[in-house]
Amino acid sequence: MNRIWSTAAVEFRIAMRNRWVAIAVLLMVVFALVLAAAGAAPTGDIGADRLSVIVASLTSLAVYLVPLIALLMSFDAIAGEVERGTLPLLLTYPVSRAQVLAGKLLAHLAILTLAVCAGYGAAAAAAFWMDPASAAGLPALLRLVASSVLLGATFLGAGYALSALARRPSGAAGLAVGLWLGAVVLYDLVLLALVVSDGGGALTTQALPVALLANPADAFRLFNLAAAGASAAAGGMGGAASAIPLWQSALSVALWPLLALGLAIAAFRKVTP
Amino acid sequence: MTSTLTISHLTKRFAGVEALRDVSLTVEPGQRVALLGHNGAGKSTMMKIILGLIPFDEGTVTVCGASPGSAAARAQVAYLPENAAFHPALTGEEQIRHYLSLRGESPAQALDLLARVGLADALRRRIGTYSKGMRQRVGLAQALIGKPRLLVLDEPTSGLDPVSRRDFYALLDDLAAGGTAILLSSHALTEVEARTDRILILAAGRLRAEGTLSDLRRSAALPVAISVAPAPGQKAALAAALPMARANGDGRLHLDCPQDDKLALLARITGLPQVADLEVIPPSLEDIYSHFSQRDGQ
Repeated sequence: MNRIWSTAAVEFRIAMRNRWVAIAVLLMVVFALVLAAAGAAPTGDIGADRLSVIVASLTSLAVYLVPLIALLMSFDAIAGEVERGTLPLLLTYPVSRAQVLAGKLLAHLAILTLAVCAGYGAAAAAAFWMDPASAAGLPALLRLVASSVLLGATFLGAGYALSALARRPSGAAGLAVGLWLGAVVLYDLVLLALVVSDGGGALTTQALPVALLANPADAFRLFNLAAAGASAAAGGMGGAASAIPLWQSALSVALWPLLALGLAIAAFRKVTP
Repeated sequence: MTSTLTISHLTKRFAGVEALRDVSLTVEPGQRVALLGHNGAGKSTMMKIILGLIPFDEGTVTVCGASPGSAAARAQVAYLPENAAFHPALTGEEQIRHYLSLRGESPAQALDLLARVGLADALRRRIGTYSKGMRQRVGLAQALIGKPRLLVLDEPTSGLDPVSRRDFYALLDDLAAGGTAILLSSHALTEVEARTDRILILAAGRLRAEGTLSDLRRSAALPVAISVAPAPGQKAALAAALPMARANGDGRLHLDCPQDDKLALLARITGLPQVADLEVIPPSLEDIYSHFSQRDGQ
């Protein structure tokens, strides 16, 4: 355990000096505040408190931003060690590859949690300032924080796996961008196109829920929208969200980090220094 | 006493090409062994196999009684890679504290370790600002952690100046006196001659020679060069007495003779009245190294 803590401390220090901590926090805070300001207008019609509305907006933001920050921090994790030539020495130490990854994950997850808390916290503060009744939205906010951290862990693990597979930082960066585009942007577009062409047939009722649960980003969105009962505020996939039981999306959000980390460890074990 | 490192009939192939072929050797506790060879001779490959970083195809390797790369072996083996590299954003002290933690030692020893390798003044500076020699010292400091039983050093002195080099070998002597077995690689025989107990010469993946420097000298059996200075005015007479000698422009006569005939020839030369002085030049270390590393038409 000491080895994991020491690795985490070193990685956190490196991230501080490389300005990753500052960049991640700043990114989340700026985007969250922009959303809080922009989402301020239409609340009266919906009848929800302001914080619940902001949480729905933040969910849409987090789906894009959290995976992006996670991949940016993780793509260099193993490929960078290979390129700097630090990996062979590290692997002669009495520390397992899983422990090395666990240490890196701990540090990167701490940074992500910090960024998420700072961003959502700023948005929540703005909500309370504008609408004292916002306390009703607090449970939704806490769910959003927890599920954002899990979503981040999933994409950190995926980033480590890509880093181990690519073995060069430039290759790993390309794969990470590809994964982000594929999982977060294109996946939904393809599903949307299928649903439209299917016109409410078997594909929409049978395959769509499975497809949404199979993607960690979609499962994250479903979980938060369904849990908050704020589907109406989010629109888009709202209809699908109401059809899928909450426990299923919660399970997907919780299982994905384990799967991604398992993949990362398996890929790292295949790296020969 | 059991050997710290035992390798027998080790063969390693990369895509069908034999990087190491049928190599056998042992390193005993407290022994300092030098591994010599050209670039591509198989030195680094052999070290990576000993460290468990890469698999091998045939033979057996036992490191401190365990298989290479196992947890038991890694706990007792330290490594200094060629061109030791570290994260440039960390300071020397932070890096060594981390390595101490990874070995289960107290991070508080970092100051002492860095002082031992002469980095006490730079420990709070980032490694990114270090020179190559300083990075090499950080590498050496991490290799000293926790009294390893086997130290594997890949061209450890390549970035060091002559004074640092001497300090470095003094550190190794201390470790060896404490029972640590040391395997170090080098390009130059001149550098390791006085500082190691045994020399292994590797060429094209095969072990060409093994032994102390005098063993190697004897088995190479390279000719000895003798340079004779004639007494004033006696050059022609001396040349007539030593018909096999060559005359160079320096006014001296030069002869080559096999090791075994050396004493007889010297006795004959010293018996000649025309001789003013003579010098015996043994084969240089570079000659011996070339002899072993370039056999088989390389």
